[in-house]
Amino acid sequence: MSDIIISTQHLVKIYKMGDLEVHALRGIDMDIRKSDFVAIMGKSGSGKSTFMNIVGCLDVPTRGKYSIDGVDVGKLDKDQLAQLRNKKIGFVFQSFNLLSRTSALENVELPLMYNSKISSQEMRAKALKALDSVGLLDRSHHLPNQLSGGEQQRVAIARALVNDPVVILADEPTGNLDTRTSVEVMDIFQQLNKIGITVVIVTHEPDIAGYTNRNVTFRDGRILKDVKVERPRVASDELLLLPAIVEEETI
Amino acid sequence: MKLKNQLRAAVRSLSKNKMRTFLTMLGIIIGVASVIAMLAIGQGSKESIQAQISNLGTNLLTIYPSASMTGGVRMEAGSSVRLTLDDYKAVASRCPAVMYSTPVVRTSGQLIASGQNWRTSVWGVLPDYFSIRNLDAQFGALFTSAEDRTAQKVCVIGATVTKYLFGEGADPSGKLIRINKIPFMVVGQISPKGQNAWGQDQDDIVIAPFTTVQQRMMTVTYINSIMVSATAEKVIPEATDEITQVLKERHHLGASEDPDFTIRSQADIATAATATSGILTVLLASIASISLLVGGIGIMNIMLVSVTERTREIGIRMGVGARGRDVLLQFLIEALMISLIGGIFGVGLGILASGIIASLMHWPVTITVQSILLSFLFSTAIGIFFGWYPARKAANLNPIDALRYE
Repeated sequence: MSDIIISTQHLVKIYKMGDLEVHALRGIDMDIRKSDFVAIMGKSGSGKSTFMNIVGCLDVPTRGKYSIDGVDVGKLDKDQLAQLRNKKIGFVFQSFNLLSRTSALENVELPLMYNSKISSQEMRAKALKALDSVGLLDRSHHLPNQLSGGEQQRVAIARALVNDPVVILADEPTGNLDTRTSVEVMDIFQQLNKIGITVVIVTHEPDIAGYTNRNVTFRDGRILKDVKVERPRVASDELLLLPAIVEEETI
Repeated sequence: MKLKNQLRAAVRSLSKNKMRTFLTMLGIIIGVASVIAMLAIGQGSKESIQAQISNLGTNLLTIYPSASMTGGVRMEAGSSVRLTLDDYKAVASRCPAVMYSTPVVRTSGQLIASGQNWRTSVWGVLPDYFSIRNLDAQFGALFTSAEDRTAQKVCVIGATVTKYLFGEGADPSGKLIRINKIPFMVVGQISPKGQNAWGQDQDDIVIAPFTTVQQRMMTVTYINSIMVSATAEKVIPEATDEITQVLKERHHLGASEDPDFTIRSQADIATAATATSGILTVLLASIASISLLVGGIGIMNIMLVSVTERTREIGIRMGVGARGRDVLLQFLIEALMISLIGGIFGVGLGILASGIIASLMHWPVTITVQSILLSFLFSTAIGIFFGWYPARKAANLNPIDALRYE
């Protein structure tokens, strides 16, 4: 049994803007294995977010094949894609994308709502467990606007975790956060990776990429570099050195 | 997504924007309420017309002389052709489908009694008239055939006449009144009948024996009309045929010639009046339905705004695994909830409005279960119909576009 979670073969994505064709991806071949912690890097326009959206089943490629957890995604219809997002993928966004005026707990429950096999009690229990794993159990009844940016992103991570996905995809998860909060978020990802969860993040900050164990650099829709990080930075150690912030900034 | 969760999500999102939800609902509330009130008014007037007509007796037939034609110019009805007492006698004796019958002469008279005076119409009829019209005496008695035969100067009067001559609620029996200076003895008062379907006061009348009125008051030989009642409502066509045959024969008219008289049946009038009020009901209800329709467009409008406003939310939901049909159902349930709750309040308001109309305007109103069900179902259908388009629009959004929407 192979331990490849995500496998892409010659992924091509072309956006048509009137007569203009934009080649966002020009053939990406990449395998992501179980328990990998991958950072995808590159300048804006390099195709890293497009790649992420396709791997996350939010978008479809123009050409090429890819599979997630052994499922050939190209053959799925819209509903099956939704099921796949629901069961196998946890998404974390740069702008958090929490439902406003909805408590942290209910935001975390949201993916479970679309899983008809789970009872209300199970739903509650799983959501509380996920919130606990990001250290926000005491904030479960707060609304997003009552939480700091870091806390909101941790709620988003809990939401990504709650369905026990095979992979967590995070698109610039620290893009809207200050340094300390960024390190806190990376710490959470490192903890999750340590217990065997595959994590893929998109970032353009080399600092952030330093916390992962594999860096893939995109340029103009192609893979430029794919290197293993020999000695990743350890977020939990660095947190001890950073000055504690009494009041976190709210973004 | 489970239905329970869907419902909870719908309640939450509707309560986020209470004012907007209420205003959208108001369109449906007013629509449903006006449909119910209009149907209640229509149904009420229909029933009251039917009640009044059956009060008159549905197997009543009236025979009038027709308008005659002289050199192509139609003259006033009865101006040249007259019915006579012999016509009446022929109808009475030779038509087996006729049960009661009476000749009718009508005149108007100035009434004077106890220092008061009043002008009203005076009818000369046989006692059969009371049976035909279902009349009985509230005070005193009705006059008899013997009194008619001997042309006694007796009469019965209606409650309105009593009111103006003797005061409201007085017992006029035994009182003497003068009609056109001829003294009459009032033997009784008929039970009040109120207004008929055309607004005429049926109690503003003096009824006297036929012979007395024809010979002593009017001194004529013709009669104005003949009133008969058929033995049953279903033999009205037979009765009509028999009367036509007898009168044509007496007036020396061939079978193919037009009759010189008209037979009007109460059933015809009943059908016409019911049809009229039926048309009125349909008219009122369709105007009210338009407001319900406008309410539905209001739902569609607000749902479209909501879909645009919540594009990001739709993106998030799709991102975590909502299928198109989950999103469709979510928006459809919200639209349906607005129309259902609006419908419930609308039914309440409609019943209330009908009650207010009934007590303020003194109009007869009848609320039927069918009208409530109809408007309720109609409003639900409107919710689905007008909610469908925005819901489908939401469901067809591309997750990545929805997530990027600012």
